[in-house]
This record gives sequence, C-alpha cells and structure tokens, in this order.
Amino acid sequence: MTGGAAPAASAPLPAPEAAPEPGPGPGKRGDGGIHRSLASRIAGRTGGGAVAVGLVLVALFWMMPTFGLLVSSLRSPQETGTSGWWKVFTEPGQMTWDNYDRLLSDDDMMRAFFNTIWITVPSTVLVILIGALAAYAFAWLEFPGRDWLFLIVVGLLVVPVQVALIPVSQLYGDVGLFGTIAGVVLFHVAFGLPFAVFLLRNYFAGIPKDLLEAARMDGGTDLTIFFRVILPLGRPAIASLAIFQFLWVWNDMLIALIYADNDSAPLTVALQSQSRAFGANIEVLAPGAFLSLIVPLLVFFAFQRHFVQGVMAGAVK
Amino acid sequence: MGEKTGGPPRAGAGTGRPGSAGGDSRGPGAGRLLGWLFLLPALLVLGVLVAYPIGWTFVRSLFGARGWSDFSGLANYQDLFTDDDTFTALKNNLIWVLVVPALVTAIGLVFAVLTERVRFATAFKMIVFMPMAVSMLAAGITFRLVYDREPEKGAANAALVSVHDAFAEAAPYPGARPRPGSGLEPAGGGFATAAESPGGSVVMLPLVALADDKVPGRARPAAAPPAAPGQVTGVVWVDFGRGNTGRPGVIDPGERGLPGVKVEAVRGGRTVASATTAADGSFTLPERAAAAGPVQLRLAAANFEQAFRGYDWLGPNLITPAIIGAYVWMWAGFAMVLIAAGLAAIPRDALEAARVDGATEWQVFRRVTVPLLSPVLVVVLVTLVINVLKVFDLVYIISLGSSQKEANVLALQMYLASFGGGDNQGLGSAIGIVLFLLVLPAMLFNIRRFRRESK
Repeated sequence: MTGGAAPAASAPLPAPEAAPEPGPGPGKRGDGGIHRSLASRIAGRTGGGAVAVGLVLVALFWMMPTFGLLVSSLRSPQETGTSGWWKVFTEPGQMTWDNYDRLLSDDDMMRAFFNTIWITVPSTVLVILIGALAAYAFAWLEFPGRDWLFLIVVGLLVVPVQVALIPVSQLYGDVGLFGTIAGVVLFHVAFGLPFAVFLLRNYFAGIPKDLLEAARMDGGTDLTIFFRVILPLGRPAIASLAIFQFLWVWNDMLIALIYADNDSAPLTVALQSQSRAFGANIEVLAPGAFLSLIVPLLVFFAFQRHFVQGVMAGAVK
Repeated sequence: MGEKTGGPPRAGAGTGRPGSAGGDSRGPGAGRLLGWLFLLPALLVLGVLVAYPIGWTFVRSLFGARGWSDFSGLANYQDLFTDDDTFTALKNNLIWVLVVPALVTAIGLVFAVLTERVRFATAFKMIVFMPMAVSMLAAGITFRLVYDREPEKGAANAALVSVHDAFAEAAPYPGARPRPGSGLEPAGGGFATAAESPGGSVVMLPLVALADDKVPGRARPAAAPPAAPGQVTGVVWVDFGRGNTGRPGVIDPGERGLPGVKVEAVRGGRTVASATTAADGSFTLPERAAAAGPVQLRLAAANFEQAFRGYDWLGPNLITPAIIGAYVWMWAGFAMVLIAAGLAAIPRDALEAARVDGATEWQVFRRVTVPLLSPVLVVVLVTLVINVLKVFDLVYIISLGSSQKEANVLALQMYLASFGGGDNQGLGSAIGIVLFLLVLPAMLFNIRRFRRESK
C-alpha cells in the first residue's frame, strides 16, 4: 500500500502520486510498453481512443449537476419554474444577476454566511492548536500510558456524532452554550480532534530527532521547541489538517441544525429551512447553495494537493 | 513510525510498550508532567464531549421517552424492529451498506485504471474529485434540480425522455378514448370491439377526448370506406366537431379522420392481421383477417400510450436509488484517488512479467492488479462503510417534503426521534448506540492496522 492510503503513513506527509497533481507524465504508463508486441500496442491505441472519449463524457456528466445549479441560480424564478437550465444555450438573454442581488441584500442569508465563517475559522484554529499540542506529547514526550491513550484516540476516529448529540445538548443547556456559535465550535473541535491528533502525531514523529536535540542543547524548553521547531516543520501536515477541518465544518449541517439557534445558524441551516418549500423559492436556494459551495471549491482548487493528502490520511474517519 | 527518516530509533514511539524510558535527555518526571500538560486541553475536550456522552447515551438508551423515571430496559432496541419508521431506516441503512461501498469502490477502480491510459488524467481526476469538497446540503439541492419530475425542468428525466424518444416512436393519440356506447371496450391498454365483424362489414370506430391540436395536420375529413366483399373495412375518427353539434357514432360534416392508427383483427385472443388508417381515417384489413370467420377489431395500446415522461425519482419508490446516485457522484472521486495512488505503487515489473507470459490485459487486471491493490481496496471499502452508516444530510435534503419516510436512514431517524419532533430521546439514544456498535468493527480494524504498521 502506498504511504498515502495508510493513515499511519510514516513521516513527511506522503507526497501522493495521487491525483490532481501533475504527476510523472501521464503518457508514461499507458503506452509505456517498449517490450510489448506491435499488435497489443495497436490495440492499446485504438482502445485508448475509446477510453479517452468515454472519460471525456464521464467528466462532462460529472460537471453537469454543478453547472446546472450555477445556471439555475442565474435565471429568474419564472423561467426556472417552467423550463430547464439548458434553455440558456438557446436563450442566453435569460441570465440575470437578480437572484444574487437579492441574496446579498437578504439580511438573514448574509448573517448566516458570516455565521458560517465565525463557526469555521475558530473551529479550525482551535483544532490545530489543541491537536498539535497533544500530537507533540504523543510523538516526543515520555509518560506512562501514552501508547494506550493514543490507541484510544485512533479508536475515536470513527465514533459517530450521533452518540453524543443528546447528552451534549443537555450539557449545553445547563451551561448556556445551547444556541450559541461557541457551542457549535466546541462540538466541531471535539469531533475534529481525534483526526487532528492522529494526523499530526504521525507527521511530528517523523521530524528528525537531531533537530529537537539541537534545539534543546540551545536551551530550548518543550514549549519553545513546540513553537519554534515542531510547528514550522509540521506545516505541510497542518495545512492538510486545516483544509480538511475547514471543509468539514463549513459543510456541516447536522451539528449546527441542533446546536445553533436562528441568530447563530450557518448558511447550510438557513438553506435547509428554505428548502422545505423547494419549488417555491428556488431563486433563494440555487444562489444560496452556490454561495455555500463556491468557498469550498475555491479552497479545493487553491490547495488541492493538501486536500487530497488530508483525505488520504483521513481515510477511515 | 518514521523509521525511514534516518534518525536514531526513538524509544517508546509506537512500540506498544507504554512508558518505556530512555532516549530523552531529561528526567522522566519532567517529561511526564509536561506530557500530561500538553495533552490536557485535548483530553478535556474529548473526555467531556466525546467519551462521557458515549456512556451517557448508552445509559439513556435504557430509559423511555419520558426520561429517567421511565426505565424501559431494552424496549428502545426492540423499537428498532417494531417501530415502522425506525425499521424502514434500518432496512435502508442495510441497503446502503450492502450496495454503496461496493458500487463506489468499483466505479473508483474503473476510473483509476482507465485514467492511466489518457493524457488528461489530472484534469479528469480533478473534476471527479471536486464534489468531495461540496457540502451534502449543496449537493442535495443540486440533485433535487436534477431529479425534478418534469422532463422540461429536471435534467435526469429530460435526458431519459430524449433517449427514449430517439428509440421508440411516440404514440400518436395519448389519452384518446372511445365514444361511450360505440361498442369499443378497454382491452389491454387499447380498445377492442365487443362484437365480431364478418368479412364485408364496415366498422365505425369513433374516438373522443382528443384536443384539437392533437389531430395531425394531414388529417382529412373522415370518410367511411365502401364495403368490400370478404374484407373488413372501417374508419377511425374524432366523433366530435367544433361546437359539439355532431351526433354520436355518426360521421358529421367537419369531423376528421385519424391517420396512423393501428387497427388489429383479433380472433380467439390472437392478432391475425393489422392495418393502419389513412388520412381520412379509413382502413382496410387484408382478406385473411376475416377468412376464417368474424373477428374482433382492436385499436392497439400503442396508439394511446401517454408520452414517456421519465421517472418519479423523488417519489416513494425511487427515492433511495436517487439519493444513492447523488452519493456516488460525491464519493466516486475519493475511491478513485486512493486507488490511483495504490495503483501507482504497484511494481511495473509484476505487470510486465504477466504480459510477457502472455496474459491478456483483462487477466493482468484480474490476476495481478486487483490482488496487489486489495489492501487499498479494503481501506476504501471500510471508509465508505463508516461514512455510509452515518449518511444524513443528503437523505434529509433530497427527501425533504417528498418521501422522507421511505428514504429514512438511522442517522436521520435518530435526528427526527430526538430533535425533529419525535420527542423520544430514549429511542434516539438507542439508535446512536446502534450506530456506534455498527462502526465498532471498523474501529478495531483501524486500531489493528495502526498497531501493525507501527511495528
């Protein structure tokens, strides 16, 4: 198994030959058969043509739903109510910014959008900070029970949130966190931590011991080593974790649905309450969904390498 | 872990010997205290919000809807099988777990293998992987647009209808029915005469319920053909003129014939001959039709079928396959990327050796590639099983307001029972515990794999 697929991947984040990265020349493999007979090469060529056409069709097919949503968000509700989005190919005049104008001046939706940010950013920062501290302890500090404790963390990776939803809601009720952004954030931190600790610990453990020793010789304490050596050297893993956690929290609906109230609800929750009357308010839903989708997509395209690594390391979450 | 980095072996790290000392330049005491200090925030959060709730939920699952005074033993777990909604959820989860991980892994495997043969592999992988970054809510809204019932609006039905219409001829007169009292009775989707007609007879077959614009432009005023000895002839027409002045069952001026209607002669349940009506609605059956005695006349069902309008994806019957379709769209990229990474790690020599030995590409794939990939395939499958068990948002959003009962899954039922109006936290807790137990094998799998790999 390649380093990438194994969460327990050793040291420097698996530089996965994976996907989106322009890897070692695509041609290298498919037609790399110098030893192959002429016949099989010809078969490979013609087969390759059919495969290429097939994959292009699949790719178009895969893009269609998102493209349809984008186009729908740019048409007036009257038109969306009577015809499909593909009508814009024959009548491009249908495109309008009206839905987005209305969305951007819709106070509830805008508050929801900013709530999403207020929930996502702290959840991500806290998970990194708390997770990195614990990961450092698991990787480099000696204390009794450490390895057993870490195995428990590995076990917690797959715990479904459903076993915690009810008691935490009561707990939040008791301490006044119910219906607050802080409550939502805290829950995301809790359920993001096992993965964070797991990913970072495996990465930190691969940092050369010499570097730590040298820092210690220079009189560094564990705290300064953590901030001056571990965090900077751990950047690739931290980046993967950040993107992963960011997307996870940004895209969450369930947790916010339960713990947020009207004032603290993120975009996903605001949109789901709109989607009860689906046909009636597609002019809010389509642009809203696109707004909630475009941020993750931008993050994905900007950091796809880190994202892919995070997903690969997180397999089995 | 990390042995490849070249540093001196660290004591204790991942060796499964907790607390083994050495390697550290400080006294064990200082490290111990500091270790716990660094761990403290994480342990606190995990303890209060994850570990303690698991225990609490288990205890709560033994109590009924009314709370701690309502001890009910395992009754909530019985409800999993006796409560209709919950049992549907359980069944659907079973379908999800049995079908989806295998399906997604198979698709991912096919994509991963095929992309090795094309130059635009990177772009392809990016496109297919992209939905992974999207929220299930946005995907749900996207797919509700795709699955719209009306083929004019929903892409899925629009595509199906255009494919269907390209291969099957559309019925000419959907919805038309015979004039009551004309002797035509419904038969197998079409209409047949109750009486039998001998050779030489002229049969009048009046239809109604046809909008004016459904009668084709080539239709001429209806005309009954002359009787022909030994042959059955007749006319099919719209027995309804503008202004409704016509007499029933009689061709009035202004009433038009229906061209292109398929008329069959039936004897003893078997079709013995058929004819198609002309522009004035007249038809003449071949002589053999009535050669062996009188026949029934039947207007075939194909004349009247409603135009194909696609499927009711969001209706009660197809809702789960429809949601699975959306899920596959989201997760195929995940399987593809992991499998592609595994594929890249397979030694080329093994494949070449098999080819030199004369194996076909399929044999190479089946006998060499797949076995070498199996560790990756297992990881992908296990990950998908865990994810599928917890599926919630997608089901909730796509089935909202249409077929939620039929689409129900455990995670959704847990939400509905405890927070969404069900008001039964006992049942909700039991469902949570069941989900927990269901992921337990995956948890053990993870731990075992981790311990093996850290050796």
